Amino acid sequence: MPVPIQPLAVSAYTVTSALGHGLESHVAALSATRGGLRQNDFSSAPLACWIGRVDGVEDAALPAAHAVWECRNNRLAWLGLHQDRFLERALDVRQRYGAARVALVLGTSTASIGATEEAYRRLDDEGHMPPDLRRPLIHAPHSLAGFVAEALGLEGPCLTVSTACSSSAKVFANAERLIQLGLADAAVVGGVDTLCDSVLFGFNALELVSPEPCRPFDQARRGISIGEAAGFALLERVGMAPHAPRLLGYGESSDAHHMSTPHPEGLGAELALRDALARANLHADQVDYINLHGTASLKNDEVEAALVTRAFPTTTRASSTKGFTGHTLGAAGILEAAFALQAIERGLVPANLGCTTPDRACGPQFALEVEQRAIDVALSNSFGFGGNNACLAFGRAPA
Amino acid sequence: MNALHAFVEGIGVWSATLADFAALKAQERGESVAAPPARPPASMLPASERRRAPESVLLAVEVASQAVAMSGREAGELPCVFSSAYGDQLISDYMCATLAQAPTELSPTRFHNSVHNAPAGYWTIATGCHAPSSAITAGHASFGAGLLEAASLCITEQQPVLLVCSDIAGHGPIGEMSGSQAAFGCALVLSPQAGERSLMRLDLTLEPHAGSMLHPAPRTGAWQEANPTASAAWSLMQNLVRGSGECTVAAAETLALRIVMETSA
Repeated sequence: MPVPIQPLAVSAYTVTSALGHGLESHVAALSATRGGLRQNDFSSAPLACWIGRVDGVEDAALPAAHAVWECRNNRLAWLGLHQDRFLERALDVRQRYGAARVALVLGTSTASIGATEEAYRRLDDEGHMPPDLRRPLIHAPHSLAGFVAEALGLEGPCLTVSTACSSSAKVFANAERLIQLGLADAAVVGGVDTLCDSVLFGFNALELVSPEPCRPFDQARRGISIGEAAGFALLERVGMAPHAPRLLGYGESSDAHHMSTPHPEGLGAELALRDALARANLHADQVDYINLHGTASLKNDEVEAALVTRAFPTTTRASSTKGFTGHTLGAAGILEAAFALQAIERGLVPANLGCTTPDRACGPQFALEVEQRAIDVALSNSFGFGGNNACLAFGRAPA
Repeated sequence: MNALHAFVEGIGVWSATLADFAALKAQERGESVAAPPARPPASMLPASERRRAPESVLLAVEVASQAVAMSGREAGELPCVFSSAYGDQLISDYMCATLAQAPTELSPTRFHNSVHNAPAGYWTIATGCHAPSSAITAGHASFGAGLLEAASLCITEQQPVLLVCSDIAGHGPIGEMSGSQAAFGCALVLSPQAGERSLMRLDLTLEPHAGSMLHPAPRTGAWQEANPTASAAWSLMQNLVRGSGECTVAAAETLALRIVMETSA
């Protein structure tokens, strides 16, 4: 078992998703149980499904100085950086510690593959990309972190984590290691994934996409709804922001079972959970809220519901927010980490939107309706293809 | 910042002309070495998986197997970090071409093989590894960033870690963007403590604001320039052959990672 870590302050954070731009719009939607999914109006060819699309991405042009990074994914990153004064907070941290002492670790599953898809739709007569898209940086999986490093002027360790749907949860672990070892004094973490044909038609090919808005943990669930999101957080030592909520721990594991199906007994998910609790020096009965992975795929929800039911007391509350935002893939980790942090800061337990008749594996922990209650400790689960699991533990700063 | 110390216990290498680390050592001694088969054998994978697995997975699994075998460690117990500048460019080319023409005909298997962590997924499944696994990228600094991440994991967790860095050759329009024209992979098993299995000791130090130092040297036509992982890792690979030496690799755009190597006593 791992040894407990020194908690880190989450001194700033922000998210942008189908629920809106910035934290306030998310809190408003979650408080009113108002989802953000719409009928698919995105893919380059028709596909009957529901998506969590962010309004205004197309209008968030990058400044001329960063034009080489232009693509929809980086526009969403740029839009996201401007919410909740995050950009200013990040630049302030750079000023305080020095550019080389601030790490940048971002998660994404598809980076800017949407731009590569577009280039392939517009190949010239000789089969080359059109001139405006002949920009090698956006056709590589590091496109997002490369752009954000340049936009924020950061010169510390810089890494893209791309482990499918656990990507932007794992970034908290990378950042904690860098700070623990003194390789950085602070870290900007987060993730961005945008809608693209690859994921819409890819999950469709796997028969995992629901024809109706996704219904996590409902007996009649029919699959996932794909969404997009951007989110960022600042991690620092707690002395620098003593009142900020804290990263208490994290757990990472591998299922060693199947590329696209979770372990039937949730072995890897439970290992990640136990690992996170051990690092946070917590017992399961101290956990007040869990933001679940809850994709609304048949298998994930069955396995995850059983894990919650067997591992937690009835006092723990649990819900999936994917009925609000869709499954934002590589950005799900940071988006749902923000929901866990908001649960602590605002006492807000979001409803499990879309679930009216819970799967038989669901225990009394499931919050079907929105609740207000004191939350001191909140977890967030993120599981990805390849059996890649992460669990994050957040807590309130001591009074 | 103090240096990070890690001990190399195993080394894996594969390219079109190098079957393993022994072949690299022989080549560096000036001996002629037999070219390996066109497809990396990746014998750690079950036969059915080996037939289905894409080239990026075969390459990563091959060098990972070599490094773990040399270390004598149990593969299933090692946390692992897989780093690649471009991931599976053949699948990206296939997917983008298919999406442009007949999106509903996309292959489900190729889609789930397209994730950047496909090699990590196949590896952990084949070895029964429940330890943390990661898949990272950092552009032209993918090798140095991978080494830094693996060493950080090794030291904070106080346990041996497997690092795998690999890139295949690109294809089609996306291949023109990556410029990767050959396959190359290398792998290291790193341990936080010196022990009977230690081959070399690495002292790693970050050197910030190293922009100009990290600019690529003028091209010489050497084969390793045709692959982003090979060109980044080559100076360290040569030091591994010698058992000592110093080199600097990019860990980020302007961040250098200084690697001082000594033969383990």
